Amino acid sequence: MNIPSTSTRSTSGQPTLALRKPFSARQVNKVTRRLLSHLILVAGCVVMAFPFVWMFLSSLKTDAEIFIFPPHLLPETPHWSNYQAVMDSMPFGWFVFNSFKISALAAIGQLLSCSLAAYAFARIKFPGRETLFVIWLACLMIPYQVNLIPQYVLFRSFGWLDTHYPLIVPSFFGGVFGTFLLRQFFLTLPSELEDAARIDGCSRFGIYWRIFLPLSKPAIATLTVFVFMSNWNNLLGPVVYLSSYEKMTLTVGLAFFRGQYTTQWALLMAGAVISVIPIMAIYAAAQRYFVQGVVLSGIKG
Amino acid sequence: MVANRSSVQPNSRSWHKRFPGLSQWLEALPYLLPTIIGFFVFILGPVIASFLLGFTEWDLLTPPKWIGLGNYQAMLFDTPLFWTTLRNALYYTLLFVPGAVILPLFIAVLMNQHLRGVTFYRSVYFLPVVTSTVAVALVWQWLYNPEFGPINYLLKMVGIKGPAWIASPEWAMPALVLMSVWQVIGYNMVIYLAGLQGIPEEYYEAAAIDGATRWRQFFSITIPLISPTTFFILIVSIIGSLQVFEQTYILTQGGPAYATLTIAYYIYQQAFQFFHMGFGAALSYVLFVIILLLTLIQFRVQKRWVFYN
Repeated sequence: MNIPSTSTRSTSGQPTLALRKPFSARQVNKVTRRLLSHLILVAGCVVMAFPFVWMFLSSLKTDAEIFIFPPHLLPETPHWSNYQAVMDSMPFGWFVFNSFKISALAAIGQLLSCSLAAYAFARIKFPGRETLFVIWLACLMIPYQVNLIPQYVLFRSFGWLDTHYPLIVPSFFGGVFGTFLLRQFFLTLPSELEDAARIDGCSRFGIYWRIFLPLSKPAIATLTVFVFMSNWNNLLGPVVYLSSYEKMTLTVGLAFFRGQYTTQWALLMAGAVISVIPIMAIYAAAQRYFVQGVVLSGIKG
Repeated sequence: MVANRSSVQPNSRSWHKRFPGLSQWLEALPYLLPTIIGFFVFILGPVIASFLLGFTEWDLLTPPKWIGLGNYQAMLFDTPLFWTTLRNALYYTLLFVPGAVILPLFIAVLMNQHLRGVTFYRSVYFLPVVTSTVAVALVWQWLYNPEFGPINYLLKMVGIKGPAWIASPEWAMPALVLMSVWQVIGYNMVIYLAGLQGIPEEYYEAAAIDGATRWRQFFSITIPLISPTTFFILIVSIIGSLQVFEQTYILTQGGPAYATLTIAYYIYQQAFQFFHMGFGAALSYVLFVIILLLTLIQFRVQKRWVFYN
């Protein structure tokens, strides 16, 4: 196929090259292929983002505007008062606080317990280490439903129902994903560092605390955002354990809110926006750690 | 010589020599202690307790009553809803897994062409992954509204009368799956993208020189070399399909007419709404065994199609 040079000029953006030598069919193909890819990806982005746009715009509508057919995308005038109404009708401030508290403490617990175990699995030689690690990884196969009922019974006997303890305390006692992630990272740290530190009189714990942890900031950041996100979005745990409003997290609070205001869509959407904004802000700030966490969860398989 | 040297060793050190494993263990133990406690208290203990609870009848108020295989008998022979949940799980899996594998691969392949703006695309596709299913499901409930929702409005514009979606027994499950696929695309796409970047560029260059078309390259290079990633996504997607809870909890509560009653939701209902702890535990063990079997089968079958370098 021979394409006139003038037509390739506009698409190529390299007129001098195009004038001298007409682009081959292969290169033109490449340009159209890229264009088509962009088109499909943009269309996909619209599909991905639309529910969020709809959520936000609906949260600013009046009830009358919600029930219009055909639906309008934009509200006539933005009703920011919907947000005030949501905050007044339910203790959303508490929901946000509780979600933050639980997610942050769970992240701290996972960091401490997983990094300790990961250090032992990566750096301390002891008999049966590999077997133990494989057993630990195999725990991933157990569906959470199996543990849910006995754990409920256990926490109930502690008198921990309708407290935050069942959602926080287990995080301080290890986690498979976190141990795996940090162990992989610790294995990449050069052993010379350890030797040098030991010669300088650094204890085992000192090596872990003063050398390994500070050097593992990327892995720690990845684990933190991952644990934070999964606790922030967790529904089943809060649904099972929490019953009074001031203890609830955003997810269960939102679900309750839905049960009471079934048809007040503008308020529901405002509540959803409130629940989504903090995690999206964290995502915007630490995007690469989120992505890193996902990639590592894939390698594990 | 050797014997001589060991006899010189101070006495307190000798047990270190005699039981080197033990002293190594003692060194590792403080680091492993939280994990070991967690393993026994929050994993192994509950797994055993759940197994035992499955043979009891227990409402949390009166002491548990041992009924042997009673729960399992009731489940298999007197509880049609149990079979409904299994059928629903199968239906969900069959709809969900192809979408959760093919769409993300397709998008990842498009993105892997060193396009401009890949970072932007990736962050948009990833948005549903970071947001909670609760918030997302609330919006979708509204999108699915048969009268005022935008989806049926769009369908109407192209001349299709949209179904009642989550209000209809036939469409509730596909609606649930559609939302779940939408939510998981970004996650699986990121995993695929990482896998694709591990395929050496030279393979494609060599194939192109040999005159292989793009399609040919995709099927002969990309698909086999990405198969370990596909295997991982397949396993995770199938396990996930069997554990669907949040979508049902928010969108349909198992309805209409039990069309979206999933195993996980059924366990939740039995244990935490009706306080049939024993029956719930028995159900959870059935789920455990199904997941275990399916995963084992897949690890067996993988040798036939998963290609490791």
